[in-house]
Amino acid sequence: MNIFEISDLKFKYAQSSQTVLDIPQLNIKQGQSIFLYGPSGSGKSTLLEILAAVTQPQAGQIKILSQDMSALSASQKDQFRSKHIGYIFQQFNLIPYLSVAENINLPFLFNQKKKNEKIYSRLIAALNIKNIEHKKVNQLSIGQQQRVAAARALVFQPEIILADEPTSALDYNHRESFIKILFELSAEQNSTLVFVSHDMTLKPLFNTALDLTALNKAKNMEVGG
Amino acid sequence: MNIFRLAFKSIQFRLFSTAAIVFSLVISLLLLFSVEKIRKSVEENFTQTISGVDLIVGPRTGSLQLVLYSVFNIGQATNNVSYESYLKYTQHPTVEWTIPYSLGDGHRGYRVVGTNQDFFKFYKYRSKQNIVLQSGQIFNDLQQVVIGQQVAGTLNYKIGDQIVIAHGSTTGDSFEQHDKKPFTVVGVMAATGTALDQSLYISLESMENLHAEDGETIHQPTSITSFFLKTKSRLQILKLQREITTNKPEPMLAVIPGVVLSELWQSLSQIDFVLKLISFLVLVVGLIGMMISFMTSLNERRRELSILRALGANINFMMGLVLIESVIIIIFSLSLSLFFKFILELLLTGLIQNQYGLILSSEFLGFAEYIMMGSVVALGMVLSLLPAMIYRYQSLKDGLKV
Repeated sequence: MNIFEISDLKFKYAQSSQTVLDIPQLNIKQGQSIFLYGPSGSGKSTLLEILAAVTQPQAGQIKILSQDMSALSASQKDQFRSKHIGYIFQQFNLIPYLSVAENINLPFLFNQKKKNEKIYSRLIAALNIKNIEHKKVNQLSIGQQQRVAAARALVFQPEIILADEPTSALDYNHRESFIKILFELSAEQNSTLVFVSHDMTLKPLFNTALDLTALNKAKNMEVGG
Repeated sequence: MNIFRLAFKSIQFRLFSTAAIVFSLVISLLLLFSVEKIRKSVEENFTQTISGVDLIVGPRTGSLQLVLYSVFNIGQATNNVSYESYLKYTQHPTVEWTIPYSLGDGHRGYRVVGTNQDFFKFYKYRSKQNIVLQSGQIFNDLQQVVIGQQVAGTLNYKIGDQIVIAHGSTTGDSFEQHDKKPFTVVGVMAATGTALDQSLYISLESMENLHAEDGETIHQPTSITSFFLKTKSRLQILKLQREITTNKPEPMLAVIPGVVLSELWQSLSQIDFVLKLISFLVLVVGLIGMMISFMTSLNERRRELSILRALGANINFMMGLVLIESVIIIIFSLSLSLFFKFILELLLTGLIQNQYGLILSSEFLGFAEYIMMGSVVALGMVLSLLPAMIYRYQSLKDGLKV
């Protein structure tokens, strides 16, 4: 089953005439883990935002979980994202005045899912944020904030996990434990994972590697099995 | 975590800008409440200057004129009522009591009223309040005077002081003084917030004595300016009024003071309107200030709202959040301004009464205030939604980039 079905995608920034993304076709199947790489400015984050329905392309069709995104209104997209997509933002996007626990549990306020306490406990233990659970996030270090953002994206067991440079601020030990829990959870739930990173040492862990420079403007690109 | 907790925490986070909004709202609400309080008090002071009097009786003249010079010391009586006619109605079977009023003399800008002890016994103002002496006693002899609160305050008179009354003048210093017959202050009245505070009271006999030649024996006065009366039963008012107006041989007039006073206040409705307009403008300025504050806070909140949206909050949730926050701020500001209003009234009522002779209305919150509070909440909610509406048309991506 295809989780993402993209065809004839074209994207450029509002004030620019240059097309950033031109992807004739891209299909991603359930359970795939994709390592998306490419030089800076090649449009990795933009593609991820399009996959998350945060950004709308100028042309092309995008189906996520067989749902055509162009058929949804803005707030339907917000609703759809909150149910199905766990997104680890490059800039973390935590609410500064809420505690760590409140930030992590924020998705449950919108997606009508029930909180799974076991998953929550596993996450905060694995990501080593149990001891700062009740701190406000504006009192945390960058690395701690990134781990909180990761926990928030994983806590509601989404079908799709999108991660934008999720290990950029993590030291070696924390990076290892984050990767471990990420793969554990996505394997348990058969989630689909799209992971953007510059860290090529992570590449062998994923079952598919996607070079955006090759994908972009390439014709009829079929990925994986 | 729910939307209310989120709203509370968000307000707490922006404590400084929230405090600024609350401050400006409290100030404009207090201003609004004060203007309304003054408006109401002026109206009450005006229309309730006299109460418990069924009829004001005087010579045949305009009914407004009769009320103006008898109650407010405005204008002059052109004619008098004979003392015989006064006595006739004093002894009338349907009359419970009367208060004679004899005007025409003054003291340094304040009028002197010749009356009798019934004035202190029966005269009532505002919700049937009796005249109370702050110090001293009622006159019981010639050359004794009881003075109103404002007279005592402004001229700094106290019990035992000797004063001279001027003839034929109620404004300024007259060139003709009754300086051979000085009066002794025997009593000071407590403030009433009416024209009563600006008068001096002597007995009818004292007034006659003032105008008598040396050595002349004083009898009864020959005439008085007007008199107040109360009937034994309210049902008799109209009948008695007709009887007095058709009195023979002396032509007389009797008016119901409440009716004339409301008519007069109606004709002064422009004052009422201007005060109401000021109240309204104050309210508008306060609310515009609130809206501007909400607008500026939108900018600092764009990212936060976008994060919530990225996590799935829809536009209704966002509007709800902004609405709850503004309602919390408005309700808090309202309570705070009511608290300050209470404190200010507690502190200032006495001062305003003594300094300006304006008795503040005792009603803490009236119909008008409830309407105002309701419209502040409603308008505030509408205005706070404006920023949320603007946000709706910005793309999610822009908000996350900020």
